[in-house]
Amino acid sequence: MRPLPAPFTDWFAKRGWQIHPHQQALLDRADESALLLVAPTGGGKTLAGFLPSLAELAGGAHRGLHTLYISPLKALAADIRRNLTIPVMEMALPIRIEDRTGDTSYTARRRQRADPPHILLTTPESLALLLSYEDAPHIFAGLSRVIVDEVHALAESKRGDQLMLCLARLTRLAPGLRRVGLSATVEDPGAIARFLARHPDPCGIVDADPGPDPDIAMLATDTPPPWAGGGGRYAIPEVLAEIKRHRTTLIFHNTRAQAELFFRDLWLANEDGLPIGIHHGSLARAAREKVETAMVAGELRAVVCTGSLDLGIDWGDVDLVIQVGAPKNVKRLVQRIGRANHRYNAPSKALLVPANRWEVVECQAALQAVKARDLDGDPRGSGPRDVLCQHILINACSAPFDADALFAEVTRAGPYATLTRTEFDACLDFCATGGYALRAYDRWQRLMLREGRWGLRDPRAARDIRMNIGTITDSEMVKVRWQNRHGGQPLGEVEEAFASTLTPGDTFLIGGHVVRYVGLREMALEVSPAPGRKPKIAVFSGTKFSTSTQLSERILHMLQAEAWPDLPPHTAEWLVLQRSVSRLPAPGRILVETFPAEGRAHLCIYGFAGKAAQQTLGLLLTKRMEEEGMAPLGFVATDYATLIWGLETVADPIPLLDRDALRAGLETWLAGNAVMKRTFRNVALVAGLIARNHPGQRKSGRQATFSSDILYDTLRRYDPDHLLLKVTREEAMRGLVSFGRIEAMLDRAGGQIDHHVLDRVTPFAAPLFLEVGKIPVEGAGRERLMDEAATRLMAEAGLG
Amino acid sequence: MSGHEFTLAGATLTALPSGALFWAQEACLTVSDLHLGRSGRYARRGGALLPPYEVEETLARLDADIAACAPRTVICLGDSFDDLAAAELGERFALWLARLMAGRRWIWIEGNHDPGPVALGGEHRGEVALGPLRFHHIADPGATGEVSGHYHPKARLAGQARRCFLVDQARAILPAYGTYTGGLHCDDGVLRDLMAPGAVAILTGRTLRAVPMPRRKENP
Repeated sequence: MRPLPAPFTDWFAKRGWQIHPHQQALLDRADESALLLVAPTGGGKTLAGFLPSLAELAGGAHRGLHTLYISPLKALAADIRRNLTIPVMEMALPIRIEDRTGDTSYTARRRQRADPPHILLTTPESLALLLSYEDAPHIFAGLSRVIVDEVHALAESKRGDQLMLCLARLTRLAPGLRRVGLSATVEDPGAIARFLARHPDPCGIVDADPGPDPDIAMLATDTPPPWAGGGGRYAIPEVLAEIKRHRTTLIFHNTRAQAELFFRDLWLANEDGLPIGIHHGSLARAAREKVETAMVAGELRAVVCTGSLDLGIDWGDVDLVIQVGAPKNVKRLVQRIGRANHRYNAPSKALLVPANRWEVVECQAALQAVKARDLDGDPRGSGPRDVLCQHILINACSAPFDADALFAEVTRAGPYATLTRTEFDACLDFCATGGYALRAYDRWQRLMLREGRWGLRDPRAARDIRMNIGTITDSEMVKVRWQNRHGGQPLGEVEEAFASTLTPGDTFLIGGHVVRYVGLREMALEVSPAPGRKPKIAVFSGTKFSTSTQLSERILHMLQAEAWPDLPPHTAEWLVLQRSVSRLPAPGRILVETFPAEGRAHLCIYGFAGKAAQQTLGLLLTKRMEEEGMAPLGFVATDYATLIWGLETVADPIPLLDRDALRAGLETWLAGNAVMKRTFRNVALVAGLIARNHPGQRKSGRQATFSSDILYDTLRRYDPDHLLLKVTREEAMRGLVSFGRIEAMLDRAGGQIDHHVLDRVTPFAAPLFLEVGKIPVEGAGRERLMDEAATRLMAEAGLG
Repeated sequence: MSGHEFTLAGATLTALPSGALFWAQEACLTVSDLHLGRSGRYARRGGALLPPYEVEETLARLDADIAACAPRTVICLGDSFDDLAAAELGERFALWLARLMAGRRWIWIEGNHDPGPVALGGEHRGEVALGPLRFHHIADPGATGEVSGHYHPKARLAGQARRCFLVDQARAILPAYGTYTGGLHCDDGVLRDLMAPGAVAILTGRTLRAVPMPRRKENP
């Protein structure tokens, strides 16, 4: 066992603390090249990560940068700096700690490059930017350790892929570099370890004690949940009562818009004036910081929040977590529950609030899964090549590089360990020439091979490349701020697509305020207060997750029970009714219902494949129906089912679900699809084909920029094998299109499709009629509707 | 040919689904804002390398319109090239254009992107008058019988944004014809001020659709 230096043991003793076994394990194994710590929330993970660095730096001999700490959140980097500075000051250690994020001042960033601190806390994007500078070898020469916090969260997105490429680069610059990953409880620690490893070397795993079982239940309410929709506002009286009974409550929502609506109604019902705040990623930084500070000071009784509070910031004395809406994914639920009782080895307390009847069933299944410690998750695919393209460009910004050496380096990153040289060369070719079948840019290559090394043809291009570093490609956001005569402060931001639907005078909710849209000024929405008005809802998209495969399976098994004593009666009765009118969906089978309603023929497929896949299924089936003259008009998809309506009754839906036909349909359908175009835009942004719009940079006349959809259509027509189209297809298959889950669903059923013909809507299908997000079918029906709309408008204007 | 007919200063004009304007009586075809060579210009500036197919795509559509209308005169209403260097199209496209130009009058109107003559033949003009109509790049608020481009207007109908023609008693503004072009929504102030009340937007696409020009509601 490696002992702690004296100042540390004294400091621990003075506080009456004992070093946790996993903290000791990280000290003991500090020399390993890669190590993953898996520990529940509140397990002293961060200190465990830093202890070896602090011990090594305590002697004062190290010059320059020793430890790099990477967190997915800027706020977390700042928070950790504060928390780490306290013991360092109290022990009088000769250690300089600084953070560096997009919020750090220009002068501070310049100084950090010339004279790096011992410990630098930063984000993956800021690290990538540092690596793009010519002096990167100087900055990182003495780097000894890198700590990746919340590595399980980073591993879920391209940010993690980019970070692992950066770590491979750092290992080239500082060959002795050791990596430590800190992860919440996950279903497959081995996968995270392979992701983090300095390939082909292994990455060890330290498993901390997972702690006692959480105290978790469904919140009982007087009013039953509504049939469809989200938000859980029916439960506000019971939620308020729970807030009163507890010291501090976190109320999680799945989307920002729902958090806003819930917060507003909660506030209206809050007759005792309990201090309650709201926190989500669309709020202005000042507004979020205010809530964070009040929270740390123990001044708030509750915070309504979204995933923005999922990660590590220490919130002090939270003793209850309420999850509103089905958790969709058991792993995330467990991590959220861990926010309650930030003390090691104390059970966390949590309540689930299903937003509608379906979610009652899903919440019940999630409760079972949490009790069984049955976590879910999908295996992560290999590293996406758009991220590699960006990495190649970043390398070229730093210095001309040798292709063989870069390939060797890149394949040491876990996500790219199986990358072939051909794939690498295609990415390099894309960066250099655009990679088009028509070799048009020989004179104007972006990267040129000179004396065996690839570098920028025009060094001025480095600025553009640096401006576009990162893999977060949220939809474009527009800032919202108070009108000058109301103070002019920023309130937050909304999606540009939402902003474009606003007309002056419209009202919407943001940060718990009802505001009236006044006008657009300098690319910001100016608003005035409109208290008491009914708001038009802000459609912040947030992240919409699909219900996991494992949770869906559990629900299907639950539906096979004789009776459901654990479910509230209103929901159990609904299941019984569905069983008597039609039948209950079962594992390994697919239930299809057809029935007339509202003057249209309806077709409902219960695939339980998750929202993204059910949506794709809707798009594919309506396309085939269109071709066969069944005149579909639209569809709506949820995590469990797809409901299609149209002019013609589908007599036999079973041939529509033929796997090969669906696969063939997918290929042609991908052509003009909006989901693919959105995916392409993200890929093109990451790979550097198109630039992000930066605030203040936008040209006044919008006709100067054109949509990435045009590039997508052009490539499809003239260069269908282009690299970015391949990457787009791969990404869509896993992500928004989720075709893999459709195939898995069909394989599980193996042709066992139960078609029920009914004379009216069934109990399970009825809630689908109330769902928002209905998707119109782009076909003969749609064209007809456009004609009708045009004729009507002309007639109204007297122009017909 | 499926087009949408309207009258401007006594002339009967046909808006085509492609975004071109045909004047049957004069056998005159007008297209605006081709922006040929845009991908090449971006590449020369050291920026992203866009798919180099927009010249081919744009010329293919122009070729189809010319084949269908057999015009005696073709007017390119300005911003035909993304800049003067972009006018060096390379042999294949220069030959293609030469074939389209052969046997007819071809007028290049100067735009803000491409002032000055190009070496491709045809006439180079700041503007041109034909019968009751005047053709130039940017609309002039006082003019009548005017056909122009420049603004790349587009409009939204039933949730779909499409490039569009804007037409009132005094003028017609053409949509951008070039593949790599964006658009300006016709509720933008400059278009709102230019077009008289009662103006019509004709949306391009497989079928042309005319609607009252969408305007943003005034501040209450």
